[in-house]
Parts: sequence; structure tokens; C-alpha cells
Amino acid sequence: MLLKLAWRNIWKNRKRTLITAASIVFAVLLATVMSSVTEGVLYKLQDNVVSFYSGAIQVHKNGYWDDQSLDNSMLINDTLINQLNDHESIHGVIKRLESFALSASEEHTRGCMVVGIEPEAEPIVTKLDNKVSEGEYLTADDKQVLVAEGLAEYLGLGVGDTLVIIGQGYHGINAADKYPIKGLLHFASPDLNKRMVYLPIKLAQQLYGAPDRVTALVLAIDDVNEADKLETELSKIISDKYEIMGWKELMPELNQMLQNERGENVVFLMVLYILIAFGIFGTVLMMTLERQYEFGVLVAIGMRRFKLSIQIILENIFISLLGAAIGTLISIPVVVYFHLYPIEVGGSLQKIYEEWGFEPIYYFSVEPFIFYKQTLIVLIIALVISVYPLLKILELDPVTAMRT
Amino acid sequence: MKDDNHKNCVIHTEELSKIYDEGAVPVKAVNNVHLHIEKGEFTALVGPSGSGKTTLLNLLGGLDTPTSGKVWIHGKDLSTLSKNKLIDFRLHNIGFVFQAYNLIPVLTARENIEFVMLLQKESKKERKDRIEQLLKETGLEDQGDKKPSELSGGQQQRVAVARALASKPQFVLADEPTANLDSKTAGNLLDMMAKLNKDEGMTFIFSTHDQRVIDRARRVITLVDGAISNDEVRDTNKVTT
Ligand SMILES: Nc1ncnc2c1ncn2[C@@H]1O[C@H](COP(=O)(O)OP(=O)(O)OP(=O)(O)O)[C@@H](O)[C@H]1O
Ligand SMILES: [Mg+2]
Repeated sequence: MLLKLAWRNIWKNRKRTLITAASIVFAVLLATVMSSVTEGVLYKLQDNVVSFYSGAIQVHKNGYWDDQSLDNSMLINDTLINQLNDHESIHGVIKRLESFALSASEEHTRGCMVVGIEPEAEPIVTKLDNKVSEGEYLTADDKQVLVAEGLAEYLGLGVGDTLVIIGQGYHGINAADKYPIKGLLHFASPDLNKRMVYLPIKLAQQLYGAPDRVTALVLAIDDVNEADKLETELSKIISDKYEIMGWKELMPELNQMLQNERGENVVFLMVLYILIAFGIFGTVLMMTLERQYEFGVLVAIGMRRFKLSIQIILENIFISLLGAAIGTLISIPVVVYFHLYPIEVGGSLQKIYEEWGFEPIYYFSVEPFIFYKQTLIVLIIALVISVYPLLKILELDPVTAMRT
Repeated sequence: MKDDNHKNCVIHTEELSKIYDEGAVPVKAVNNVHLHIEKGEFTALVGPSGSGKTTLLNLLGGLDTPTSGKVWIHGKDLSTLSKNKLIDFRLHNIGFVFQAYNLIPVLTARENIEFVMLLQKESKKERKDRIEQLLKETGLEDQGDKKPSELSGGQQQRVAVARALASKPQFVLADEPTANLDSKTAGNLLDMMAKLNKDEGMTFIFSTHDQRVIDRARRVITLVDGAISNDEVRDTNKVTT
């Protein structure tokens, strides 16, 4: 009965209901599309940045991250590798031996990051093979190196020239050798571009006097969004001799930046929802005042205030759900369309995107939560606003209500 | 003596007063009213505008609380009931007909009548039977599916009476039920109420200004400045003609 009453009541003032619902439709549509593009772009960004270098998750020897020296490298045992490989979300485990060193040509020297990699496996995470701008990519048994363009330019070296690396190896031994440059690498990130040197891991182990040792295992996973979950799962399985770190710890600045972006989006959405809230509140206010007499009669003839309140809350929920449902229904094709045919980024932003090696495209996310979140929020708004008529009804005195 | 009075009659009041103390001078809207209404009465409450008719009816119906004095309905002291219990008490014991806009606009006549029975949690069968009976008794057989806005003023008041009766109350309180009706329609409504009073023994108490309505009452209580100035019981036979 209350449902029927509520449903009919919202259609009594058809125009007002439609206007209220339409404003909700519009806001939900806007909010959904906004959230979709924000989430889509941020996801893509995160995915891109994570695959620059760090990967989504790394496993180190305990303590390595705080003191990144070869002395904190680890000997890999098969148990660990198998445990990782056996996990369904992990589709690759790549080994790295990383250390800072000095790189030098005949004229110049400069600090650099020397990374021993498995040439066949590394591209799973970083697509390193695609970044070769000159010369060729490595094979496992090469005795040559790849040098980032910026570094090569500074040192005045090109493909075929010889690069000297001087550093400190495992347990303080001297590590110095020279290698022919097999290829140059172009990185989107200027930071990587001026300091990266890659060589096959075996060669690196030899250079640093650290046979069979690695500093990091980088895990290739399908979805960066799953990283947190996977990290917790792994920390339960894997021996605590190792530290497991997700990209948020590996790249706190990136995480911070994404949070800020989302924060800005939240502020925008809040403003939007406050506008909706006022819209609904206006309707509810008018409705409550207009129907004092009716409420008075209902309480007089024996309807408990509590029941009456429920009826009013139902009315608000109906209008809100109606708006939210239509808004969501309209937004689905819109968002899906842009998901399939994303918009190109124009103007100055395009340059920035391209500089960083991103596709200059606005991606739209179709994560389900983007859709139902709006409905949920509108519903909560409706419930909060229902407090007003509710209070009015709880203090309603039929005699006063009917005298007006 | 008190206890006997309470049990034997539908309504009993003692020293009932309602004083409005809002303006400069306190208004005694109802002033020391002793009232006794027996089962089956058909009683008119008359008096000039502002004499306290509405206020008294509201007190009798438990819609308003007296400043002093008490109301007993079938021996139940209304002042002992909590807010919600009072609402339930009204639902089960008192039928209300107001001057206008009695009905829920979005419900049909039938649904309006059914509404109180739903609040009373009557069974579906019970509701259906009673609705048809009431529509018939109020001469609304063909109007059951119309919304209030599709009914004339007189028909709306008939539905209001039917709804008041639907809960099988002890008595019906009607505050100027004919105020918005022309006198012929008013007469018809009163005839219908009189018939229900006669056939079913339903107790009616109604306030009015309308002489033709007053003429149909079997007891006329006159209020002046909130106090009963005259209480006249008339010949029964005179009424039905
Ligand atoms: N809420 C209130 N506050 C102050 N005074 C009130 C209030 N309600 C009624 N009164 C006063 O109480 C007196 C009785 O009013 P009431 O409405 O009961 O008279 P009535 O006989 O029903 O009049 P009418 O025939 O015009 O309907 C009037 O003087 C009125 O002004
Ligand atoms: Mg009055």
C-alpha cells in the first residue's frame, strides 16, 4: 500500500517529478562520464608509468629498497620462482641485477644506472625491445650493452663505440670493464633517458662479481589495479626473507599524483552532487509544505507518523532512483561508445602526452563501479534529504496541520 | 457514579477546557464542558463562529489535548494514552469527517475507503465486502473507481463518511461536513448519515451552521464562548421526515 501510494504521489505533480528526475539524470550522466574518463585516463597513465621501468610488483631481499646496494642482492632459489610463477595472476617473473656506476667515454664520465636484464623476458614488463632507436636489441649471450640516448649523447658515443663502466661490485670488489654499444634506447621519461645502461644479466653478474645473484624480481601482471591485492596475497605465501613491494611503494610520487587527480575529480563531483541535492531538496520542501493538510488528515484518521515517514522516504527514493536509472541507462551507451572510440587529446596536452610516450587519447573506463557508484550516491542524497520531511512529520500536529 | 458514567456512554467529559494563551488575552475556546454522549445519538453541535465547535470536536477526537479536564471514550481516559497509542485508538474507535479535502487525492474512492482498513490490517476479503457494502450504503456504487478530483463535493463527503465508517468506529465526528455543499446536497448527505444512524445505530456528532442540517439532528448542543449554553433533545419522529 505504501509503495502504491508513494508511486502515485510522485506522479501527482508530474511536471515537478520530471524536472527533478531530469536534473538527476543530467547530473548522473555528467558524473558517470566524468568518472569514466578520469578513471580511464588515470588507469592508462598508471599502466604506462608502471611499465616504464618498475613494473607493478617487485620482490627483493629484505632491506634492499632502503639500502640499494649489491650487498643486498639475493641468490635466487627455484622455490621462490616457482611460487611466483604458479600464481595465476602472474604471467612472468623477470630478473634484474641493478647498480649505480660511473659510465665513461674518452672525454666524459657520468653516473648511470646499470641494469642486468634477461633480454628475452624483460620486454614483457617494459617493452624494452621497442625502445631501441638505433642499433639492435640484446640477446642473452651478448657481451654488449644498450645505452639510453641522452646518456650516449652526453658521452659522445654511438652504436659500435665502446662504453666504460666503473663501479663497485659485490662485497666491495672493483667492477670495471668496457663494452661495445649494441644499440641506443629512446625513453619517453627524460630521467630514464639520461642514465640507463642495459646489459644481459650474466654479463652484469660477471662485471659485479655476483654470479647468480639478482637485486630484484619484477612481476608481470595483467592488471595494475590488481597489484595491491596480489601484494597482500604474496606476502602471505612468500618467505619473509623477501620484501614484496607494489608500485605505490616503488613510485610514491606517481601514486601521490594519481591521488591528487582523483581528489580534484571528487571535488568536481561533490559540487555537482550538492547541486542535485538542492534540486531534490527544493522539490521535497515544496512537497512537504504543500501536503501539510493531507498529512494532518492521515495522522488524524489513524496513520502512524512512522508509516507516513516511510511513505515519504519511498517517494524520494522513487524520484531519485528514476533519475539515477535513466541517467545510468543513457550514460552506458555514451561511455561504451567512447570506450570503443576514444577521443584524441588535442592542443598542448597532446605534445606533453607524446613527449612521455603516451598515446594522446582520452580513455574511458567501463568499470562497473563507475556506474553504480552514482546511483548509490544519489540514493544516499535522497535519504539524507528525507530527513527534512521526516522531522516535519514527527513533529506534525494534525490540528495545526489542518488549520492551514 | 463517575465510573458508571464512563462505561455506559460513548463519550464523557468532565470540566473540559481548552485555553489558548497566545494573544494578549487568553481565549477560552472550550470552557468547562461536561458532556455525555450515548450510543446511537445523532447530535449537532451549533453556535456562532468562534464559539469553540471545532476545538471541542478535536478534543473529543483526541486530536488535541485539553488544558484541563478529561475525555473518556467508552471508559478510556484519553490522557493516559501515549502519542502512538492515541493514533491507534483513533484508528480503531473514531471516524472523522472534515470540512473538505478529506480524501487522499491519488487514491480512488474505493482505495480511500480501503486505506483505514489496511491500517487496521483487515483481511482482503473483509475489506472487499465492507467496501462494497459502504459504497452501497452511501449511494456510491458507480463511483468506486473515481479519484476524488473526479467526484462532486457531495460525493467526496460521502466517500469521507464511508471511510469514517470503514474502521467500524464507536462514533463519527464530523466538523462542518456540509460547509462546502449546497443545501440540497447537504440535506442528502445528512439524510444518508441519519439513515446509517438509524439502520446501524452509528453515533454521529457533527458541527454545523446550516439550519436545514440542524433540523435533522435529534439532539442539538449550543456552544457560546466555549461553554454549553443550551442542550436540547428533540422528538425522534420529527427527524426522519
Ligand atoms: N490554535 C489556536 N490558537 C489561538 N486561538 C485559537 C486557536 N484555535 C482556535 N482558537 C480560538 O478559539 C476559539 C474557538 O475556535 P474554534 O475554531 O473552535 O471555533 P468554531 O466554533 O469552530 O468556529 P467556526 O464556526 O468559525 O468554525 C476562537 O476564538 C479561535 O480564535
Ligand atoms: Mg470550526
